[in-house]
Amino acid sequence: MNRNYRLLILVLVVWALVIWAVLPNNPGIHIGNFNRTMKMQEGLDLRGGMRVLLQVDLPDGTPVTAQELDDAKQILLSRSNALGVSEVNFQTSGSNRIVGEFPGLTNTSDVVASLKQVGQLAFIPMGQTQLAAGTQVNVDYSDILARNAAAATTGTPAATAAATATATETATPAVTATPSATATPAATEIPTYKALLTGTALSSVNVQVDNLGKYNVAFTMDAADAKIFGNYTSAHVGDYLTIVLDNVVVESPVISSAITDGKGQIEGSFTSETANQLAVQLRYGALPVPLKVVETETVGATLGQDSVNKSILAGIIGLAMVMILMIYFYRLPGVIADLALVMYTMTSFALYKFIPVTLTLPGIAGFILSVGVAVDANILIFERMKEEMRSGRAIRQAIDLGWSRAWPAIRDSNISTLITCVILFIFGSQFGATIVMGFAITLALGVLVSLFTAIVATRTFLHLVLDNLKFAEHPRWFAK
Amino acid sequence: MNIIKHRYLYFAISLLVIVPGIIALIVWGLPLSIDFTGGSVLEVTFGSGTAPQPAQVFDMLTKDGIADSQVQSSGTDGLIIHSSEMSDETKNQVVSELATMSNTTVTISSFESVGPVIGQEVTQRALLAIAMAALAIIVYITFAFRGVQHAFRYGAAAILAMIHDVLVVVGMEALIGHFVGWEADSMFLTAVLTVIGFSVHDTIVVFDRIRENSSIYRRLTFTEVVNHSTVQTLARSINTQLTVMLCLLAMSLFGGVTIRHFTTILLIGVFSGTYSSIFNASPILVVWENHEWRHWFHPADWKELTAK
Repeated sequence: MNRNYRLLILVLVVWALVIWAVLPNNPGIHIGNFNRTMKMQEGLDLRGGMRVLLQVDLPDGTPVTAQELDDAKQILLSRSNALGVSEVNFQTSGSNRIVGEFPGLTNTSDVVASLKQVGQLAFIPMGQTQLAAGTQVNVDYSDILARNAAAATTGTPAATAAATATATETATPAVTATPSATATPAATEIPTYKALLTGTALSSVNVQVDNLGKYNVAFTMDAADAKIFGNYTSAHVGDYLTIVLDNVVVESPVISSAITDGKGQIEGSFTSETANQLAVQLRYGALPVPLKVVETETVGATLGQDSVNKSILAGIIGLAMVMILMIYFYRLPGVIADLALVMYTMTSFALYKFIPVTLTLPGIAGFILSVGVAVDANILIFERMKEEMRSGRAIRQAIDLGWSRAWPAIRDSNISTLITCVILFIFGSQFGATIVMGFAITLALGVLVSLFTAIVATRTFLHLVLDNLKFAEHPRWFAK
Repeated sequence: MNIIKHRYLYFAISLLVIVPGIIALIVWGLPLSIDFTGGSVLEVTFGSGTAPQPAQVFDMLTKDGIADSQVQSSGTDGLIIHSSEMSDETKNQVVSELATMSNTTVTISSFESVGPVIGQEVTQRALLAIAMAALAIIVYITFAFRGVQHAFRYGAAAILAMIHDVLVVVGMEALIGHFVGWEADSMFLTAVLTVIGFSVHDTIVVFDRIRENSSIYRRLTFTEVVNHSTVQTLARSINTQLTVMLCLLAMSLFGGVTIRHFTTILLIGVFSGTYSSIFNASPILVVWENHEWRHWFHPADWKELTAK
């Protein structure tokens, strides 16, 4: 069997895979741990939704470890899933940012507000002083840290909880204190109190409605902390025990009796949503670093859908015009290049579904531009072929020379395009600019796929047509 | 056909496009979007089909303490509000106030808010990205052309042609943008980077032919080899350009308003990219080879420059 038939088999196998992948009712790939749903992922600009760029809110120069950022990302993800936001996606970006994407949502400010809140709860023994809800305080965690350090040296399991808590406890007060300190001189006098316990003491958290229809957040403490809590409440009946969330007083109840079972509830003035948000924050732990929103982008679903329809139409028109032009320029090779172009388009879509590449509007633009690049490879080859034919070479020889002589130009020009793609991608990933990244990915994929379809597939098809249709071997079919 | 002979005419045509662009850039500047400056853009549509007067909305925003806003109407039922960075809470407040004011439902078509720090960082990184791309390409071309004499010249000429295209695109953005009201945003930046990629892509195809012909036509002068190569690749350059521009034209005409700015810039850039690879990049090699700058400042010698 000659080389062209072997290549034909390769091309046909690839094509069969591609057609299977492009089928809309494709079941997806599930082999062991490898799972692909094979569904086209549409970006926010196409399906509508919201994108938020969160940045670590610490003074400049404060080091943030990759681990902390990754933990924060995981906590955000757990929190949003618990809040019932579906398909949300969080990604760390650069050294101190996290991008959150909320497809389909356009008004998520409540969600974002509760996500970015650190969620550091503290129980503060206040003696006979009652603090009004909403009062700003600073919390001193030194007692807990000392206790945890002691626990760590004796090797109790509390040590792990202490490790995650440390970063927040030292970072949070510093940050919230800074802006208020510059705002009003009085703010420097924010009182500091020592905390008895933090949110890490809680083992389970639930939202409850009391008999008056008011919402509260019920909690259970783990055994070790329940003991501390029990000892303290037994000794201080009649004192106030203030509950503080992110340095703001939620409530200041009186200890009416000793609580030895570690159960209790927080009764701020909650609505169903705020109670649920607090419960979620407590359940998944405090963020290791405070975050602030530095960029938001919201696209309405109608605008997105309108753009998709128009881009698809534009793509079809563009593709059709290119195909007509290719036949006009090159006749038989043009027809074959068009066949390769159809294959190219399908292969690209199959790859978008497989990798998966989130399709954005610039991504579609990148794809259409890569069609130009793919066609360019064929144009280079066919022009070269025509030149070789004009200088008197036989058709088959001209075909082979066309390919081999056009190759260096195709290789070098495509590599320079890939270089630009890589740099674009790096630039985009620094800012979670999914738009720029989408463009770079589709263009780069296009360049790589076109090397196969425009070069291998076209050549194989052309040779096979000449082998099997004798009349085709005539200059008239080659627009010499 | 002798393309290289008229190289100074082609340089002049390039200047004819670039200079007005640069003047526009100096006089009007490049209006930067919030992607680079920081701020907010809120686009809303009104359910009743008629948007309130922009002036009325401006007054409302000023009362809310948003003093630096700009309100434009978009169609009959929409408004676009530009302002300094708006928090999500402020945005919701503004939207509900708009609903009260117009007594209809208000839908957010799009909302974008960028902090000033991030805007500054984007600008810096963007310039860095362009510089990096240029550097990487020079290095690659010098490597790919290591077999021919003065390989570095090919890299440098490709980058000069690329700078030409960037100047054309940025200048046209300033010039057209001034009249149409474009703002350079991250999509514009993407377009510029694409033009860079395309420009170099195109230049390399012509240079590749010079590389090949240099070893075949040893008896021809360098100028003749360059001209011969440019002419040989002319059909390919034009055909490729036609197909790419047809694609982009389809995107511009039918692709919707959101990407029209992007595709128009690409269209200009791709045209410029092909022009510069034929009429600037290869002639620069000839100018360099002949050290023609020795004649530039002696009007008596000018005939020499166009002799062949």
